Amino acid sequence: MIRDPIREGLAAGWKVTDAAALDRDLALDADVAIVGTGAGGGVTAEILAAAGLEVVLIEEGALRSSSDFRMLEAEAYPQLYQESAARKTLDKAITILQGRCVGGSTTVNWTSSFRTPEATLAYWRDRFGLADVSPAALAPWFERMEERLAIRDWTVPPNENNALLARGAAKLGIATGAIRRNVSGCWNIGYCGLGCPTNAKQSMLVTTIPAALARGARLVCGARADRLVLGRGRAAHLECSALDPRGVRPAGPRVRVRARHYVLAAGAIGTPALLLRSGAPDPHRTLGRRTFLHPTVISAALMPERVDGYAGAPQTIYSDHFLERAPVDGPIGFKLEAPPIHPVLFGMTHQGFGVAHAEGMAKFARTHVLIALLRDGFHPGSEGGNVGLRPDGSPVLAYPLTPFLWDGVRRALAAMAEIQFAAGATSVLPVHEQARPSATWAEARAAIDALPLEPLLTRMVSAHVMGGCGMADSPARGAVDSLGRHFQLENVSVHDGSVFPTSLGANPQLSIYALTARNATRLAGRLKAGR
Amino acid sequence: MVSRRKFLRFGVAGALMLAAATRAQPDYRAADGSGTLQVLGEADREVLAAITPAILAGTGATGASLAAAIGSVDRAVAGLPPHLQEEVRQLLALLASSPGRRWVAGIVAPWRDASVAEVSAFLERWRFSRWALLQQGYHALHDLVLAAWYARPDSWTAIGYPGPPEVG
Repeated sequence: MIRDPIREGLAAGWKVTDAAALDRDLALDADVAIVGTGAGGGVTAEILAAAGLEVVLIEEGALRSSSDFRMLEAEAYPQLYQESAARKTLDKAITILQGRCVGGSTTVNWTSSFRTPEATLAYWRDRFGLADVSPAALAPWFERMEERLAIRDWTVPPNENNALLARGAAKLGIATGAIRRNVSGCWNIGYCGLGCPTNAKQSMLVTTIPAALARGARLVCGARADRLVLGRGRAAHLECSALDPRGVRPAGPRVRVRARHYVLAAGAIGTPALLLRSGAPDPHRTLGRRTFLHPTVISAALMPERVDGYAGAPQTIYSDHFLERAPVDGPIGFKLEAPPIHPVLFGMTHQGFGVAHAEGMAKFARTHVLIALLRDGFHPGSEGGNVGLRPDGSPVLAYPLTPFLWDGVRRALAAMAEIQFAAGATSVLPVHEQARPSATWAEARAAIDALPLEPLLTRMVSAHVMGGCGMADSPARGAVDSLGRHFQLENVSVHDGSVFPTSLGANPQLSIYALTARNATRLAGRLKAGR
Repeated sequence: MVSRRKFLRFGVAGALMLAAATRAQPDYRAADGSGTLQVLGEADREVLAAITPAILAGTGATGASLAAAIGSVDRAVAGLPPHLQEEVRQLLALLASSPGRRWVAGIVAPWRDASVAEVSAFLERWRFSRWALLQQGYHALHDLVLAAWYARPDSWTAIGYPGPPEVG
């Protein structure tokens, strides 16, 4: 029997309110209201609660835990993901995977843990005046969060999907590395993306949030933060709607939180949207701008033997070879990884329909999948997207796909195909509506050169939303300072991936953890000193 | 002879008109007699009953499993945020309407009489349409039906997926 720390904590008397069960309005007071319970909200909650501050956490999604995590896509996507994992950019060209549950994306991510690349930090210092984000200055915060979340080398042999990346790259002289993971006692099952059923993944759900709740923090889940009510350069209170049990529509009751300080950690789409709905001052038009995605393209190969990409830890091998070939502000580079392969996600992503699609699916167990994550945001040809609001107040990201990005897409599809053939693939299929399987590298290269790269023809995904409330040394270049403090609202801070001024060129969770640990510690100091 | 381009131009204008028109229609979520669908109506079911066999051709899905897949689509739509539910409802309402079926989808016969070949040809036209709106419609149908199908354990044997392991 696997222990469920959430159910134990609830039984022990944690202060948790499921807003779907409210039959009247709820008013709360706290030192700090935190919107969102993912990487930023979780770390902030633990640090502030440990400092003796009264904390209220507001989460739009539901509280689910290991007892609920049955490793079924049919359950996980509607229960744990934004928009049932069907969130897309405005033009529907990029599918966006984001968590929507207690623990946020950390509950459903694939455990990949990278420190912020040095080239990225150097760019932030040079272009955004962020003098205090050097690797040396951040090292103690990385160390602290690596220790807290058991981020270590993963010494179990990679699953076949990842081993093929290592073998194919090695044949071509392309360097690969092992991905560190935030796991403790991992069973190597491969269902991280559907909620860890064994609590091995050290997500916010099983680490910082239980720690904060054990210290008396209050969690309200199933409540959507509608807006901050602002006045005189401050937030006066936070207005939220209790959602119906399915989490689709407001059920009627309102939740109002009055706090000394407000920390926004709703993710890089949710946080800018909340500020937009609040009518936050935006004198330099930075809010919701420069939103980055690591736009990701996919290559599916057929291997002679079973790959079973659903089994075993996902994403344990990576290559930064194609990030390092050019300067960070040169032609766009990309990171290569090997994702988990599950029937729904693969079936939805695979191009075509009918017999051709079914034939592709029939080879599911022998399919090898690589993804290339494009490092956006470092070049005038890649200024990212804009978060806006629909008439109903829900957020939508417009993300233009530029010729600069398409150049990287073409090189990425070719690089993945070459590696897959080197690893022994009998055919390779770029995930694109007009692509057909190629039997040789030469044939694939010619086919990829000829592919029309356009939105909706090229299947694209993103699991990394960054930016939109970028940090900078001045309000002209960003929405918050390097400590996450909003430039115009004195008691509002942003602690999530929306503060990144560019994309990272690496999976973001550890960057959010470390930066948030630093900024939440400083915030606790200011609040304790009465400032 | 209407050229392909003219047809599509009319198609998009028609789509926009119909999308606007369907907004004004009353909610047809009322009891549809079957009692099994949560948010889709009988007209939507008829459209999906024609489209699903084309999208799932080659999977071995037949009769009961196709009907079950339509039920899964309905449940999936019920869990989507309101703006996406509205988009799906507009798309299906457009296809269910006689002008939408005939002039936008290019299917002459009523859906219940449309062959898999005719429906596949319509899907293929939308898939490679020069109009983003129609491409988006294709992707919505593709994603809804294939997600519903591969979420079902009865689809897994054919693809060699054993299902999740036992823990606990």
